This record gives sequence, structure tokens and C-alpha cells, in this order.
Amino acid sequence: MVKKNNHAAAAHDSHSHAHHELTFWQKYVFSLDHKIIGLQYLITSLIFLLIGFTFMMVMRWSLAFPGTPLPVLGRLFPADLAPNGVISGEFYNSLGAMHGTIMVFLGVVPLGVGAFGNYVLPLQIGAPDMAFPRMNMASYWTYLPGGLLMLASFVLPGGAAQSGWTSYPPLSIINPGQTVWLVGMVLLITSSLMGSINFIVTTLNLRAPGMSLMRMPLFVWSELVTSVLLLLAFPPLEAAAIMQFMDRVFHTSFYIPQGLVVLGMLHKASGGGQPLLWQHLFWFLAHPEVYVLLLPPMGIVMEIIANNTRKPPHGYKTVVASMCGIGAMSFVVWAHHMFVSGMSATLSNFFLVTTMIISVPSVAILTCMVFSLKGGSIRFNVPMLWALAFLPMFGIGGLTGLPLGLTATDIYLHDTYYVIGHFHYVVVTGSIVAMIGGVYYWFPKWYGRKMNDTLGYLHFWGTLACMNGVFFPMFIQGLAGQNRRYYDPTAHLHNLPTQPLHVVSSVSAWCLFLFQLPFIYNFFHSMFAGEKTEENPWKATTLEWACPSPPPHGNFEKTPRVYRGPYEYSLPGAKTDWAPQHVEAV
Amino acid sequence: MSSPSDIAAWQEPALTSSGVPNAKLGIWLFLASEVMLFSTLFTSYVVLRLGAASWPRGWVALNVPLAMVNTIVLITSSVTMVLAYAKVIEKDLSGFRKYMMATIGLAFLFLIFKSFEYGSHFTHHEYPSTSIFHAVYFTMTGLHCIHVIGGIIVNTGLLFMANEQFDHPLFAGRVEGAGLYWHFVDIVWIFLFPCIYLI
Amino acid sequence: MANEHPHRVAAAHGHPPPNVKLYIAIFGALIFLTILTVVVSWWHLPPAGAIAVALLIASFKASLVLAFFMHLKGEHKLIIAFLGIMLFTCIGFFLIPLDQHLLRDRTTHTEVKEEGGAPELPQAEPAKPQEAK
Repeated sequence: MVKKNNHAAAAHDSHSHAHHELTFWQKYVFSLDHKIIGLQYLITSLIFLLIGFTFMMVMRWSLAFPGTPLPVLGRLFPADLAPNGVISGEFYNSLGAMHGTIMVFLGVVPLGVGAFGNYVLPLQIGAPDMAFPRMNMASYWTYLPGGLLMLASFVLPGGAAQSGWTSYPPLSIINPGQTVWLVGMVLLITSSLMGSINFIVTTLNLRAPGMSLMRMPLFVWSELVTSVLLLLAFPPLEAAAIMQFMDRVFHTSFYIPQGLVVLGMLHKASGGGQPLLWQHLFWFLAHPEVYVLLLPPMGIVMEIIANNTRKPPHGYKTVVASMCGIGAMSFVVWAHHMFVSGMSATLSNFFLVTTMIISVPSVAILTCMVFSLKGGSIRFNVPMLWALAFLPMFGIGGLTGLPLGLTATDIYLHDTYYVIGHFHYVVVTGSIVAMIGGVYYWFPKWYGRKMNDTLGYLHFWGTLACMNGVFFPMFIQGLAGQNRRYYDPTAHLHNLPTQPLHVVSSVSAWCLFLFQLPFIYNFFHSMFAGEKTEENPWKATTLEWACPSPPPHGNFEKTPRVYRGPYEYSLPGAKTDWAPQHVEAV
Repeated sequence: MSSPSDIAAWQEPALTSSGVPNAKLGIWLFLASEVMLFSTLFTSYVVLRLGAASWPRGWVALNVPLAMVNTIVLITSSVTMVLAYAKVIEKDLSGFRKYMMATIGLAFLFLIFKSFEYGSHFTHHEYPSTSIFHAVYFTMTGLHCIHVIGGIIVNTGLLFMANEQFDHPLFAGRVEGAGLYWHFVDIVWIFLFPCIYLI
Repeated sequence: MANEHPHRVAAAHGHPPPNVKLYIAIFGALIFLTILTVVVSWWHLPPAGAIAVALLIASFKASLVLAFFMHLKGEHKLIIAFLGIMLFTCIGFFLIPLDQHLLRDRTTHTEVKEEGGAPELPQAEPAKPQEAK
């Protein structure tokens, strides 16, 4: 389908073979190569995940042992944040708001989309790079300043945001620290928009000859749908953020109702605004955002499962259709986050129905994943363990979402620890588990060396156990009525019976951190001293394994031609149990 | 050996898997996201107005004649933009320069009239914080002005780029892309004008 | 290619020949419709009618710009398909005002009665961000 145009080739002769030496800055800092940019996103997002995790470890002290000074670190914090080493309510709220913001916008999405998407997607479709390399570079260099600004907010006047990552007005209008958050969000949204345009154009336009849409790996499909969600869902949040910025800085009243009373005094603003408007606009993005968190990891799980069962996965077309269905439906379910907000009951019913409908394609994908195992020759290597763990963990996360999607039960469970348990199961034991598996899986391609297996198994079992230790008790606490976002749960009598579970979660969280240390060591040590590996150590069929590890500038020596689908493992008549996409005769 | 510089070659429709040049597809995707941005503001306007006890009428609170002139200015700039693109295809450099300068000039005129409008409001102590009506008015027209400024910058860039690159095979595509953006800015105003000023 | 007509060269690169007469005609239509929309607004129609007419005229103007200036008429179907996807996601923009409309009878405004009335509350300055301590 791709024709050679001699005229165009001649016009670009002066550029194509000039091998000019790039400076250090051009090669490693402001690189235009999608692989370097992917690694930049990888390291940066992993660091942000660690930072967000650290915030949570501090918060967990306050939850487990409220009112007692934080050991060691307590004395290091300024007195206004932690008087006598005891974490104050405001500091707890800042840590909480920034934990959510950092994990979602600076951690999981840049990892799933910026890191994995940037590095792997062009390789999997046989492209020499992204469609717009300069915009790709700009996307990273807008993300990093946005992230640094978010972190810097802790030391800027007003401190960090402390109105939850959801930033509901009127609190977010009158609370300090929110303005920097809004500016940071605009930078992050800009970065995301640039990235999503790049991904969609690259996927639709730069596929190698023979790579039809239905021959693309499922990971590519997941990134395509994710990019469409990011492109169309983020601008409404940007507009909402602009209005909140106007409210804070120019004292408009987009979200301030008439007659708002703050601390016994009438808030001076023109009034006429509606807090509920923010909720609608925020969740209009934030619901598609959770599928942005979920879909690329699901794509990663499919890649790893196909490779390690040595058979085509079950239901390629079903998975593609389900991913597209999830993407489409995600735009009409958002208000299930708002059942108790005072929204009209008619609309609540509408969103209840759409939310129930959207669970169908999610279950379909999970079912295809499970059925893919049947009849496979399963290899239990480190990436496969993570991919297998995703299945029951996402099952728990998904099932616990059902009472939240049903209005009647959500009225009781909203803003309790049950919600926290649910979404951490899907994002942490689901998405992050899958992406860690992706790191182990693609590490040999990125660095030409394998990660250490023993440390990998240690990391896996410890992490899986501790993650469940942190989040499972939250379902029990939530059902018992324990409220979210309290720095001192013991302030309410009804929380006392489940207070010991906070200790369980906190100790598990601190142990979870300890189990990440072998991973961090393994990652950096293997980068330089890991066992060297060849082009295709996993014996995989997809195109990213058809070039050297790591691939050179331009990826493929000549543009590959694609002859078959992405998962032709155990093809009858083939000499090996894997039939690569780009090899004609197998 | 294929290299990222070959990516430029993919701009040719024949070389892309879909048949649409990279840049054109990219611009349309960007415009789709911009539609979502402005639609959110229009939706918020509807919500806030529905929930308000009273709402000033545009012809009382705002300068409708000036805004109508501005509408005509912007529509004219849209026409000069598409004529500038026509001149690129006809390989007429001086024609391109004429129409592009007209587009940029009309855009500046739009901003000048807008500054008169805003100035008049400020003189009467009407700011975004004065009422929810003014908040909506200033924010929506303000964001639109920022987009006009963006268009001026892009179009001016193309005007200078034409000095060296008018005959480059990709130049027509760039002008087309800038034109798509500029027409979008015009369309936003086509809706903004009646919704804010006339209803 | 040096001797080929610029239009043929441009068409090979995906740029169809421009139709200047059409552009001028569309310009005329847009100016006419702008004047029309202002004239109709002088009639001070009831709200539903005023909104309907204004939006109708604006939509027609926008469709002229889209179809002919932006060349959507005759454009590749991928772009039109994507705009269709975008329109689908705009469903939400109708649901949000619908919520407001459905809530219209639930007012949070309390009527202040003649006797007694609401207590005089001191006016506060809009909250300034806290200074760093």
C-alpha cells in the first residue's frame, strides 16, 4: 500500500544519508529519537512513582498511629507542616492531593503512554520513528517542567495543593496552593495533547507495508484508543482549569455560588457560579483517564501472555472491538463519580445504565486473557508471572467496582475506604503490576541485556503479597463506614473497630517499599552489567524483536515487510514455534 | 537505511498508510481537541445561564455594532487566508504575500477593535469579577483572542518562511494547515458572536 | 516536473486546484448571513426562537467555512470519520446542561421574609494564598 515516490526521495537526498555527529545535548537531552525519549519518560515516570509512593508512606504513619510523631523524618519537616513531628491535617491533605496527582498524571500515564508507547509502538509497526519527532521531544520537555512545578509547589508560597487530586470547588478556590497545581496541569495537558496527536498519526500513517490495522499487535491498538481518549477528553479539563484559575486569580465566580459563607464570613465574589459544574467537567476527563491508566497495561499483558503461552491469544478481534467499545463508552459514564453530589436522579439513572454497559467489554477482555492460557505451553518467566498476577488482581478490582457503579450501593460506599481499595486494585495491582511485567519483558530490547531472574522473582512475590496487604483491608474498612481523606481516623468512633487494619495496611506499605529495592538495584545494575542478550531473547513474533537490541537510529536496516498477523505462534508447518511477522518463509 | 529524515517523505499522501499526509491529519486531530476545549466553555455558559436568576441581554451590556464589524473583519481574513493558499498552489509568490499580509493585518485589526471593547469595559469598572455574565464574556472572548494571537504568529512565520521555501514541496501543505487552524478560529467566533452578543 | 502546470504538481501532492470564484461567493454568503443574524436579533424574539434562529444561521455559516474553505467536502473519509468520533464524545456536553435543567425546581435560594430577615454577615476579602511561613 506504500508506494515509492522517486521524486520525493530525490528531493530529500541531501538530508537522508548525511551522518552528522550529534552533540551530547542533541543525542541524550533534546533527542529526537523516540527510543531516547521513551527512556527519558521511563526513568522520569519511575522516579515520580517512587516520589508519590514516598508521600503515601508518610501518610500511612498518620493513619496507623495518629497523633504520634513521625520517626526520624518528623523532626526534619518544618514546624508548620509537622508540629513536634506530628503530621498536621493540612500537610496530610497536601500529601494526599499530590500523591493522587503525581501517581496519575506524572507516574502511571507517562509510564504507560510516554515510556512504553514511545519506545515500543514505532518498532511494533515497523516505523523508523514517530511521525513528528520534534513534537515528541517537546512533549517530554513540557511534561518534565510540569512535573517539577508540581513538586516545587511544596516550597512555593501557599504550599502544595491540598484539595484532593479532584480539586472540588469551593474548597479549591479558597484553599492555598491550588494555583500552581492549575498551571502545572496546563503544562501536563499540553504535553499529553502533543503526544496523543503523534501517536495517532504514527499508528495510522507509518505502518510498514503489509501491516494492516488487523495485523497490529494488541499493544498498538491499546495505545491508539488511549491516545484518542487523551486527545478528546483532556481539553474539557483544561477549560475547567482555566475557569478555576480565573476564579482564584481574577476573582470570577464560575464555581462560587451566591451567598457562600467561609469561616463565618460572606465570601466576597459576584456569585452565580456552580460547584457542580466543576465536578461534571473534571470527571468528564477523569473517567476516560482511568481507561488511559488501564488500556496500555492490558495491551502489555496480551503481548506477554501470547509470547509465553506460545499460541495466538484468544479473541484478537474481540479484544480490539472491546478496547474500542471501552473507549467510546468511557465518554458517557463519568457521573457515576457524582451519584451523591446532588445531581438529578434522572441523570443518575442514565449513568448507572451506561456504567453497567461499560463493564461488559472490560470483562470480555479479561475473559479473552484467561482463555488465552488454555492449551498453551506456559513459560513461567518473570514477565509472565506479572502478567498472570494481573488477571485475578484486575478481577478483584473490576468486581469491586460494581457496587460503586450501582447508585443504591454507591450512596453508602462513596467517599469510604472501599473506593480507595477498588481503584488501587485496578491501578496498582492491575496497571502497575502489568507495567512492571512490561519492564522485565522489554528491558532486553532497551538495553541489550537481561535483568536478573532471582531478583525478579523476589521482587514479584514480595510485591504481590504486600500490595494485597495494603489494599485488601480497605474493602473491610469501607464497608464498616471508614471515611476517606481523614488524617486521623480515630476522630470518629465508628472507625475505631477497623483501626487495626490501618496498621496492617501501613506495615504492608513500608514492606512494599523494601521489596522495590531489589528491583531498583536490578534495573540499574543490569543496564551496565546484565547478561548480554541477542535480538530476540523471548522468541517473539512481533516486529520490535526484528531489530538489534537496542535498535540503532532509524530502527530497521530496511523497512520490514509484514506477511502475517502478530501472534503466529505454533503455526502448523513452521520450522519453529514462532513465525515472525516480517519473515516470508517459515 | 531509513532514518527520521525520511519521515518528511511520509508527508506525501502516497507514502502514508492511510493516504492522508501526516501534517494534515495532525492538524485535524489538533482541531478536534480544540473543538472540545471551546465546547466545554460553551456548555459551561449554557449551564451558568440556565442556573442564573437573571442574565443581562447582549445588546444592553455589550457593544454589538463593534462586534459585528469584528465578525466581518474575521470572515474577510478567512477569505484572504484561503486566497493566500490558492496563490501558493498557483506558484504566485507576490500574490501569496499580498493575501497573507492582508490576513495578518485583518487579524491585528480584530485585536485592536477588541482592545477598544475591553478598554471601554474597564473604564466603566466592568471586570471579569463583576458578575458571572462578565466572567463568561471575558473568559470566552479572551481565550479566543489568545488563539487569534497564535494564528498571527503562525501566519507571520509562514510569510517569512516563504522568502526561502516558497518552492519547497511541503510549503503548500504548511499553508493549508495554517489555513485550517485559521478557519477554525473564525468558526469559533461565528458561534461566539451570536451566543454572547445577540441572544 | 519543471514544465508541468503548478496545479497539476500541487494535485499530485494532494492539493486540488483552488476555485477562487467559489471562495468569493461563499464570502458574500457569509457577510449576508452575518447581517441577517444581527437584523433578526433586533426583533427580540422569545428566547427559544432567538436561540434557534441564531444557532441555525451560525451552524450554516460554519458549515460553509468547513465544507469549502477547509475543503471538508471531498476530504478523505478518515478525517470525516474522526470528526464523527469527536461529535460522539460531545454527547456529554448536552448531558451537563440537561442536569442543570432537571434541577431547576430544586433551588438553594431561601426566600428572605420581611420580618427578621437574614443576619448581616461581615463581608470577607476573596481568600489570598497563604504566605510562606
